[in-house]
Order: sequence, then C-alpha cells, then structure tokens
Amino acid sequence: MASVDKELITRGLRRSSTGRFLLWILPWAALLLFGLYCAGLCLVKGLNQTNMDNRFVFGLWIFLDLTVIALGAGAFFTGFLLYILKVEELRSVINSAVVIGLVCYSGAMAVLAVDVGQPLRAWFTFWYPNVHSMLTEVTFCISCYLTVLLIEYLPIVLRNRKLHEVPSFLVFEYELHKVTYVLAGVGTFLSFFHQGSLGGLYGVLRGRPFAFREGLAVWPSTFFLFILSAAAVGPSFILLTTWLVEKLSRKRLVRPDVFRRLARISGLLLAVYVLAKAVDTLIWINRTSPGTGFQAWQYYSWKPFGTWILFAEIVLFGLLPALVMLTPRLRAHTGWLVTAAAMACCGVALNRFVMTVQTLALPTLSFDPYLSYFPSWQEIGTFLAVVAYGVLVYSFSFRYFNLFPEERELRLEAAAQEEETALAGRY
Amino acid sequence: MTAQNQLRRVARYGMSIDIDKCNGCGACMMACAVENNIPPAPEAANDRRGVTWIRVYKVDNHRAYPERRTAFVPVLCQQCGHDTPCVHVCPQQAVDVDPQTGIVGQMPERCLGCRYCMVACPYHARYFNWWDPKWPAGMEKTLNPDVAPRMRGVVEKCNFCHGRWHAAQQKAAAAGQTEIDAADYVPACVEACPTGALRFGDLNDSSTEVAQDAQRPESFRLLEKIGTEPKIHYRSRRDWVREIASAPRPEGRDGLRG
Repeated sequence: MASVDKELITRGLRRSSTGRFLLWILPWAALLLFGLYCAGLCLVKGLNQTNMDNRFVFGLWIFLDLTVIALGAGAFFTGFLLYILKVEELRSVINSAVVIGLVCYSGAMAVLAVDVGQPLRAWFTFWYPNVHSMLTEVTFCISCYLTVLLIEYLPIVLRNRKLHEVPSFLVFEYELHKVTYVLAGVGTFLSFFHQGSLGGLYGVLRGRPFAFREGLAVWPSTFFLFILSAAAVGPSFILLTTWLVEKLSRKRLVRPDVFRRLARISGLLLAVYVLAKAVDTLIWINRTSPGTGFQAWQYYSWKPFGTWILFAEIVLFGLLPALVMLTPRLRAHTGWLVTAAAMACCGVALNRFVMTVQTLALPTLSFDPYLSYFPSWQEIGTFLAVVAYGVLVYSFSFRYFNLFPEERELRLEAAAQEEETALAGRY
Repeated sequence: MTAQNQLRRVARYGMSIDIDKCNGCGACMMACAVENNIPPAPEAANDRRGVTWIRVYKVDNHRAYPERRTAFVPVLCQQCGHDTPCVHVCPQQAVDVDPQTGIVGQMPERCLGCRYCMVACPYHARYFNWWDPKWPAGMEKTLNPDVAPRMRGVVEKCNFCHGRWHAAQQKAAAAGQTEIDAADYVPACVEACPTGALRFGDLNDSSTEVAQDAQRPESFRLLEKIGTEPKIHYRSRRDWVREIASAPRPEGRDGLRG
C-alpha cells in the first residue's frame, strides 16, 4: 500500500507505508483508549478505584511521575549542552530529545491530574501558594517548563513539509528559532529547580526518617541528588530511545559518535552521582537516621526490601553502567553502550521507587505494621495510557517531522556506499 | 484579628492519655464520628480506607501466654507544635497552626487532595475521603449542624472539635468575657471516655490536669526524637508500654505488635 500521506513526510526521508504505520499505531491507540477509560473511572467515581489507601497514599502514579520526569530530563540537559555549552554533535538528537521531554512531562502532568482528589482545584496552588512547600515549587516549575517544551516543540512541527508552505508559519518558526537559546536557558533553570524539588519532596519529610535527609539551607541532599541523577540518565535515555527507533525503523538516524558522546556525558555524571549518593547514604546511616531515633539497619529488616536494594541502586545500576560508559573500549560497542544506558535508566527508576514506595511501606510507629500495596487494574490502565500516549506522539512526530536532522544525509551516504559497492562488484 | 483577640491569652491545647486506663472500648471513636459528621464507611472500605480521626490501636508485648500483656493506644492528630510536618508541605495552605490555640487546622474547602500531608505525617493521623460521604436514609437528621461534612477527594483529621471551640467562644463573647471557660470546651472523645483515660486542656496553664500529666515521669510522647513537639502526652507505668514511643522494630526482634 502506497503512502497516502507522503505529502506530509519530510523530503528525502523514507517512511513506511500508511498501512504499516496504521498497523503499528492501532494497538497503541487501543491501549490509550483503555487507559483513558481507566482514568475516566478514577475521575468520575473517585480514587476509590485505586488500591491506594490512607497509608499508601502515593502509589504507582507518583512512581511513574518521578521516573518519567527524570528520564525526560534529556530534553533540558541536551538543550543545555547544545545551546549553552555548544556541544554541536548533539544537534542531531535535540529534536528527538524535545519530543521525549514533552511526552514525559505532559504525561506526568496528566497522571497528576487524575491522582489528586480534586483536580478542579489545581489552580488553588497558583492562587494560594505555600512558598515553603516543595510541591508548590514542583507545580510552578513543571507547569512553566511544560510551556517551554511546547514552545520548543512548535518549530519542529512548523518545519513539516506542508506547514512550511504557509508563509506566516515560516515567519513564526524563524522568529521562534531566534529565541531558542533563551528557551534553552529558561528550560535549564526551571528543570534544575523542579528536578531538585522532586527530590526535596521526600528529603524534607522529617516524619519519614527513611526519606529525610540533611542538606544545605532549605534544600535536603536529595534535592541535589535528584538533579544530578536526572542529568546523568537524561542522555542515557536519549541514547536508548534513539537506538530503539533505529532498530524499529531499520534506519540509521545518527552517527555512532553521537552515541559515544552521549554515553561519555552520561557515564561521567553517573559516576559523580554514585559518589555523591554513596557519601549521602553514609551520612544518613551514621548521623541523620540515628538522630531521629531510627537505626538504618531497621529499614532493611523488612523483607523484601533488604540491603540488596541499596546495592542494586548504587553499584549494579549506578557504578557498573558508569564504568562501562567511561571505558573507551566498551564504549566502542553499541551493545555495551545500550546495555549500560538501560541499566542507568533502571537505576534511576529504582531510586524513585525506593523514595516513593519503600518510604511508604516502612512503618514509623512501633505498633504499626509493615504494609504492602499492589496497584489496581485502573491504576495500571492509566499508567499504560501514558506509555501508549508517549509512543503515539513520538511515532507521529517521527513520521511527519524531521526528528533526526542527519537522517537524510546518512541515507544518502549509505546509498552512495551501496552504489559504490555495486559498481565495484560489476567491474 | 480583632483587638479583643490580641488581648486574649495564648493557649496551647493538648491532651493526656492514660494508656493504663484505656480499655479499648472505642467510645472515643464513636463520639468523634458523631460529633464531626463522619459518615459510616462504605461496604468497599477496609481498615486502611476508613475515616477515623481518633483510632484505638491494640498493642501487645509480643510474648507468649502467660506473659502476654495487652494495651490500647488511642492515636489522633498529635497537634505537632514544632516544624509541624503537614503544614509546611501543603502546596496551597490548606493546613495551618492557629497561633491562638496551637491547634493544627485543616481546611477541606481548600484541599487539593494531593495527600502529601498524609505522607508527611509520621502518626498516620490524617485521612482521605475515598468516597462521597453518604448517610443511611434518616440518619442525616442526626448530623451536627456546627460541623460541615467533607466531600470526596479531600483530606481531614482531628481538630480538637473545632466546632465546640467556636461554640465556647461565642458563649464567652455573649457573656462579655475574653476567655472561654475550660468546662465549655471539651472535645467529644474526652467527654465520652468512660474510664477518664483522656484529659484535655491548656498545656500553657500549669494548673490544668493535662499540663501536670505532661510533667509526670511516666509520661511520654510518640516519636519524640523526630522533634515535632507533639501535644498529645501518653502515660503508663508499664515499661513495655512506654517503649511504643520509640521507632519500630521488626517482628522477631522483641518488637511490639499493633
């Protein structure tokens, strides 16, 4: 089946037929519909549709929010590296990074809207803000940054072949292009703050000694650790998604150097993060936690959260991928690179899981039981809706917009090489 | 704030609970629910989803018979007096501490239902309305007109029967007094306790029973090391009961069981 939408596809790029594209889209669209039904149930009937309760007041959704926002950090960090620090190689992934950031942040905001008991009162936070609350900072920064991402996404959309034919869009895109550097700066500032505030959400919890951390001024150490870990895994996630899109589309999208550069940046930051996390953990075990009357070993006596989780978080999914990404010999192999990037992403997800779920599972009162929680199908459905939404937005963006500026060049190079090989074979 | 209010003495309301006297009858929970218009739990609710502003926990010394001993611990909002965990986390100022009374207040009308305050509370004394409040037909006539029922999707907690405090204030104002009579302001749980295990009063006034109870050697507060200065003072002459104040210990390590 020929592409009926070929007029919309960027010149010089090859995309699958419309039929194949629809086949790819269909299951994700079905999943999105099912997820929207689940979310609708929670909005109409209330949060009694979930398995959360008065003890496990945060569940799968908050874990998802914290994780996707950390993974979506690639958008701001790539922008920062490209536009502020002038790492030009990253220009070939910046569009893709913006789409990933947009998907992650908008998905997280949508889930948050379902997760609160009174979504229609969301504006209260802007009207009666409590400046001492980390959640206020998170709400302000994420809302502003999502707006920045939408503005950053606009030029990508406006560069679409058909839209480019509209003169006013062309002018608008050109004008937007001029403020790219400003947007990158604002985005970086906002992102540093909300990534930190997300860590601060838990670090300030004096009443939850497992999460509580000391820090600098009003910021607990988790504020800085969250910024660092998000900045570290952001490039890893960009690497991972780019590789995945290359495999699924069977196209070369970026040069191998870009992968290696992303891995080097990620590895370096991950190593710094692992060091900072290890120091923070030692301070917490020896000073912060005992100071509140809780011995750290107690937390790890409640199964299944043994000390293995600490080892997995810091060594297995922290130090190990950092070493792989920092070793030139290993970095030269895409397989190692992708594995290390995936491990780094798992590490940050595990960290967010520990901060959200383990914190709530552990008892604080001596006569309080250790509790477990498993999400309801409505919660899982809503979670899957975000995944499906992400895949759909990315798929459409990949098909109709030029997410990888080097793709055309790489295709031409590959074609020329093929021709050369064919000619060499003939003579 | 009126000039009259400014002249009024600053109170620090608190409670003392004699665990040795508590027999776990649950009258306090019942009185609290009736006073504060807490609806009956829906069929789908479990013990982790109900609304119980005061909750009686059963604890034991984790020994086998015949050394087994049991006690009952009523837990309500501990009205933290320092660095109140729920106050500074609320993103929209729906929680505050009344400087005149020291009571930690909750404004359900402003609550977003984000539940961050519930995560912050180490005593699990805050409750979320998972369902719409519903009363069986006819039962709505028993509702307390001084207390507004809360809607689905908001957090609520003990406020030392704020409706009663307002009523006491109005009574004092009508009599031309600036101070309320201590006898006019007693929370429903204290009033209902058949054994007199619960006492209520101003901790700033050393002549009150509750202030004297707080000074007793067998008095303790839950998780005192966290540094939130709770205003609920428990007491017991039994050593193993006083241990409940400290951090939890996993089972099998001489821990207490709830």
